[in-house]
Amino acid sequence: MHRYRFVLFRPLQFLPVIFGISVLTFVLVRLIPGDPARMLLGTRATASAIEKVRAQYGLDEPIWLQYFYFIKNLAQGEMGRSIVYKTDVLKLIATRIEPTLVLVLGSVLLALLIAVPMATLASRRRGTMADQGVRVVSTLGLGMPSFWIALMLMIVFSVNLDWFPVSGYGRSVSDKAVHMVLPCLTVALSLSAILTRSLRASLIAQINSDQATAARARGLPEGAVFWRHVMPNALIPTLNLLAVNIGWLIGGTVIVESVFAIPGMGQLLVRGIFSRDYMVVQAVAMTFAVATVLVNFLADILTVAADPRVKL
Amino acid sequence: MSAPAAALRLRIFPRFEGRITLFLGLAVLLFFVLLAVFAPLIAPYDPIYQDGTARLQAPGWAHPFGTDNFGRDILSRVIWGTRVDLQIAVLGVIFPFVIGTTIGTVAGYFGGVVDAVFMRIVDVVLAFPYLVLIIAIIAILGPGLKSFYIALALVGWVSYARLIRAQILVLKTADFVLAARSLGYSHRRIMFRHLLPNALVGSIVFSMSDTVLVLLGGASISFLGLGVQPPTAEWGIMVSEGQGFITRAWWMPTFPGLAILALSFGFSLVADGLGEWLEGRK
Repeated sequence: MHRYRFVLFRPLQFLPVIFGISVLTFVLVRLIPGDPARMLLGTRATASAIEKVRAQYGLDEPIWLQYFYFIKNLAQGEMGRSIVYKTDVLKLIATRIEPTLVLVLGSVLLALLIAVPMATLASRRRGTMADQGVRVVSTLGLGMPSFWIALMLMIVFSVNLDWFPVSGYGRSVSDKAVHMVLPCLTVALSLSAILTRSLRASLIAQINSDQATAARARGLPEGAVFWRHVMPNALIPTLNLLAVNIGWLIGGTVIVESVFAIPGMGQLLVRGIFSRDYMVVQAVAMTFAVATVLVNFLADILTVAADPRVKL
Repeated sequence: MSAPAAALRLRIFPRFEGRITLFLGLAVLLFFVLLAVFAPLIAPYDPIYQDGTARLQAPGWAHPFGTDNFGRDILSRVIWGTRVDLQIAVLGVIFPFVIGTTIGTVAGYFGGVVDAVFMRIVDVVLAFPYLVLIIAIIAILGPGLKSFYIALALVGWVSYARLIRAQILVLKTADFVLAARSLGYSHRRIMFRHLLPNALVGSIVFSMSDTVLVLLGGASISFLGLGVQPPTAEWGIMVSEGQGFITRAWWMPTFPGLAILALSFGFSLVADGLGEWLEGRK
């Protein structure tokens, strides 16, 4: 069991990173020019009204004291109140987290559904036209901007075929599912390009590995060798790549949510930046960063669980 | 095919393959460079001239890529846009490359506190969604390409620092470093004249694929209205301008997007070809 000891100690290493993230978010958001109180009240607000709002949100305190309050509230599980939406930030996030979570999980699932067959085809028929085809398609996939894929999918599937709605999120579960198909597909198309290339390379390495040769020597048919010995080992580096790319993925959802007008966290963050809603930006950025750290941690645990040789 | 011939082909094929990929990629890049340089000669129309009589025209003989809602010729705008997007791809990579490589070399060579501090900064930056950090910095500096380059330099160096540091950590134990040190060479000379040239290959290959990310990032930033400002012809903005017309004018977002795709493809091919070729030489 000592191989899993890092599960206890690794979170201690997160602390400096999370501290750094909180400082960076705090400083960045306060460097954005413009006074939140003035943004809120408009240009014709009186000086006393602005003073009142500044005092209400603690904006008149020195910056280090504001940071101290921020950390103190954080320790008590509070993130402050949104200046624009006038509600508790955590409650606001709770209403926005679902679309983003669906988008991220849905597109990862879809991307794997595209990448695994493509990489399998390419690695088992290496050097053939099929392999070259997969290579060209995945290289093209890398170069497609997500906002452009989104518009192309809209033109084909919403405008011409009328299969899916152009944008929005919907209310009922089935309605939401229909709304999320194109956004998930948008992210999945870019993501699957990255995954296919990585998986193809590690599949080829595994097909020629000693353990695959040993399995063949024991008389296993090629199909069994591939699915039982080659694929599980090749998936580990690809899943790690997926974890490393989670930050990129979350950044991508910001664009996709904006194109499809999905009321998710990314949209909340971008609007928060432009309306100087300090508390919202801090809370969303912190949530994203902590999620990134946690996903990488999970990937580490998965790697150790999957490969007895790995020690962290 | 007989067995020896197949073996011979297998041995030679990867080397050639790398070269073919590399040359194809370079050909694509050359095409876009020529397009950028000779834009005034090649483009059939003025990219910002608004022809009120030719609004939202579908692709045809007069306008091969159609016209936009202001009656501007999309082909000409795509050609002129090459200048801006090529500049984004090149400048957007150079600054992070230089900064990251310098920091990574110094951190890896000296180790200790310097290394620990820089690597924690790297961890923090990497924990942030890349694009979100770029958007936040541009929000501070104000929209525009200059802000985008600064934001990229502040954020993008971390990958280069990590890459080069890993190389330096291995290389600095080599005998040639010991030899250089016993000759009394300064740390700066050992770092930048002896270690860096040996460690740079991986970073150069990475920088080529990074160009694709930067190009897409720049176009995304312009798409959100934070980068290049209208009426400048830039591919990301053109796609964004086409968003409102997808029901009536599919050509407005389609062609500039294809241009982004083609240029990215060129850079990816160069990255792949270079990587394979260097691998084959080892």
